[in-house]
Amino acid sequence: MPEPVTYLEGTAAPLERNHVDTDQIIPARFLKGTVKQGLGACLFYDWRYRPNGPHAEPDLDPDFVLNQPAYAQAPFLVAGHNFGCGSSREHAPWALKDYGFQAILAISFADIFCNNALKNRLLPVALPEPVIRTLFLDLQSQPQQQRIQIEVDAQRVTFVPALSDGTETVAFALNPFWKTCLLKGVDEVGYTLSQADAIDAYETAQLPAWMIPPTLPASIAQ
Amino acid sequence: MTHLNSFNTPQTLYQKIWQRHLVSHQAEDAPAVLYIDRHLVHEVTSPQAFAGIQQRGLRLRRPDLTFATMDHSIPTLNQQSTWPDAQAAQQVAQLVENCKIFGVPLFGLDSVHQGIVHVMGPELGLTLPGSTIVCGDSHTATHGAFGALAFGIGTSEIEHVFATQCLLQFPSKTMAIEVSGQLPLGVSAKDLILAIIARIGVGGGTGYVLEYRGEAVRALSMEGRMTLCNMSIEAGARAGLIAPDDTTFHYLSGRPYAPQGKQWEDALSSWKQLPSDPDAVFDTTVHLNANTLEPMVTYGTNPEMALGISQSVPDPRQVADSQSRQGLEEALQYMGLTPGQPLVHQPVDVVFIGSCTNGRLEDLRAAAAIAREQRVAEGVRALVVPGSQQVKRQAEAEGLDEVFKRAGFEWREPGCSMCIAMNGDMVSPGQVCASTSNRNFKGRQGPGSRTLLMSPAMAAAAAVHGRLVDIRQDFSQSVLAAVASQGG
Ligand code: SF4
Repeated sequence: MPEPVTYLEGTAAPLERNHVDTDQIIPARFLKGTVKQGLGACLFYDWRYRPNGPHAEPDLDPDFVLNQPAYAQAPFLVAGHNFGCGSSREHAPWALKDYGFQAILAISFADIFCNNALKNRLLPVALPEPVIRTLFLDLQSQPQQQRIQIEVDAQRVTFVPALSDGTETVAFALNPFWKTCLLKGVDEVGYTLSQADAIDAYETAQLPAWMIPPTLPASIAQ
Repeated sequence: MTHLNSFNTPQTLYQKIWQRHLVSHQAEDAPAVLYIDRHLVHEVTSPQAFAGIQQRGLRLRRPDLTFATMDHSIPTLNQQSTWPDAQAAQQVAQLVENCKIFGVPLFGLDSVHQGIVHVMGPELGLTLPGSTIVCGDSHTATHGAFGALAFGIGTSEIEHVFATQCLLQFPSKTMAIEVSGQLPLGVSAKDLILAIIARIGVGGGTGYVLEYRGEAVRALSMEGRMTLCNMSIEAGARAGLIAPDDTTFHYLSGRPYAPQGKQWEDALSSWKQLPSDPDAVFDTTVHLNANTLEPMVTYGTNPEMALGISQSVPDPRQVADSQSRQGLEEALQYMGLTPGQPLVHQPVDVVFIGSCTNGRLEDLRAAAAIAREQRVAEGVRALVVPGSQQVKRQAEAEGLDEVFKRAGFEWREPGCSMCIAMNGDMVSPGQVCASTSNRNFKGRQGPGSRTLLMSPAMAAAAAVHGRLVDIRQDFSQSVLAAVASQGG
C-alpha cells in the first residue's frame, strides 16, 4: 500500500522555465536501468552539470537553481507552463521523488506526467499564473523565508507573499478519485483487481472475437 | 453489443471507441475502467512493471494481448556481436527473461519482425480500428492513424494493464483538426503535422484527443497518417485519431495478425460504424488549408518552434511577452542561430533519417528519390535507420540501400537510434542535425545536440547540400513528383 499524502510543508526552488520536458528532467541515456531507485542523481543532469570533455568528470553548474545552497533541501519545485511535456517515462517522477521533491507547483502540467506523478505520490499542484509569478519573485529574493503549506484534503496552498502582511491561500484542482487515493494510500492495481467480475463480464460479452489475435505459427512469428 | 449510446446523440470517433471499451462507467468520484485490447512493450519502460507484478505474486491477465519488441537502446551496428553498453545489454536481457517468464510474445533481435514498436505493431496487423492500444511510450499515438485509441502510459500503468488488462481513465475533450485542400508538391505529412503543432502550440492539445479530418488527411497513405498521429503528443495530446476508411482496410487486409475470413467481415462491419457522426460535436475545432503549406523546419528547442523553409529565424526583439522573448532568446542561443537569418543555407553536420515518425518504407523511398545519383556533402555524417526489419528488407529488395550507400549514407539496422541517442548513435555537442524524428528538445540527440526537425525528403536534401535547402527550388519537378508518389 502506498503511503498516504495529506499535508506537505517546506521551502521551494524556483525553476523559472516553461515547457520543462522529460528529456531535461532525466536525459534518455539514464534510462537503461531496471529499477526505480537511485535516479535522483540523474535529475536535470545536463542542467546541473557542465561537461568537461568526454573523459573528465563534469563540474557542477553553480548558476543552476538546484546547485544553490539556499534551495538545496527544498521539498517543492516551482515551474512555469506545461511542466513534464515530452515522453511518458516514469523515470521523470521517480528522479524528482528520489532527489527529494514531494510536490511540483506549476502553471500547468503535461497530461502523462501528471498521471505518472500522482501514481508516485509526487503531488502536481497547478496554480494560477500570477501566483506562480509571485512565488518566483519571492523565492528568488528571500529563498529561506518562504514556507509553503499544501493541504491535500482542503486542496489549498498557503504561503506568505513578501510584499504583503497576511498569508495568501490559493485553491488547486484535484480529481476526487486521486484525492482519495492520496489521502487513503489506495493501491490502484488492487482497486481495479477488486472489479475482476466486471472485467470477466466484459471479456465474455463485449470483447469481439476478431479482436483476439491469432496464435501464429513459429515460422511467421520469428 | 449496441454501438449507440443511450440517448442516441451523435458521437465522435473517440466517444464511440470509449463507449465500446467501458468495463465500468465513470462515477462522480471514480474513473471509468477501460478495457485495453493491445499492450505493446519495449525494454526501457517495462522492467520495473514486470518486477511489480512479480512482487505482487501475479501473472499477466492477458499475455495473448501483449506483444514485445526491443528498439530504444539496441545498437544499430553489429546487433549480434558483443554490445559496447553493458547496461543496455542487461536491460534487453531482462526483457527476454521477463517475456519468457510471463509468456509474452517477443519480436527480438532474432525476429524478422523486430522494429520500433510503433512501426512493428501496424506492420503485423496488431493495430486495429476501434481498438484501444497502450504502450509505455508517448508516441503510441501513432496507432491512432487506424482509428484506434492509442496512447502512451507510464510504468505504473504498464503494471496496471499487466495485472488487469484495464486502465482507470477519465474522458478527454475532443479537438477536430480540419485540413482542407491538397498538400502541394514537396510538402508531406511531416510538414503538415509540424504546421499543426506550430499553430496550436506544444501545450495546445493538453487534455484533448485530436481527430485529424478533411480532404488533405483522407488523401494521405497509412504511412503518412501514422506520421501525422505520431506527433500528436508533441502538441500535448495523448492521442490523435483518423477515421478508418478503405485506405485503412486495404493496408490491414492480409497482415499476419489481422482478422481473417468471417472475422474479417465482422470486423469490417464494426469498423465502418466508427467514423464520427456527421453532426457530432467537438469541444474545439481548428482549420488549416493544406494548399498554403510549405516544407517545414524547426529552429528552436521544442516542436512548436517551426517555420516554412522560405522564412527567417524570428527576432526575439519583436516578441512582446517577456517570458516568450526570453524562451526564444535562450532557444536561439542554444541552437546557435541568428535572429533574421534565412532558414535556407543553414549548414548541417549530421543527418538522421529514421524513427517512428519517419522510418517507414515510404519515408525511405522519398529520401532515396532525393539522394539518387547524388553525394552526401563533404563533412556531413548521414544515417539511414529503417524503422523495422520488415522496412529494411523491403527497402533492400527495392535497392534503396544501394541508393543510399552509393550516395555516402550509412545504412543501419532497425532501432530508435539517433532519435533518442540511448544506443551510442549520437550527435556531438554543438553539432546541427537535420532529423526526421519528432523531438528537438535540448540534448535529445546527445548532450549539446542541436536538432532541426523536417521531412525525409528535406533531410535527404540537407545531406546532399550540406545545408538546408528548399526542395521545391533545388530539385526538379520530376524528382518532387517521385518524392510525392512515395508518400514522404
Ligand atoms: S523512434 Fe524515437 S520517438 Fe519513436 S519510439 Fe523510438 S525513441 Fe521514441
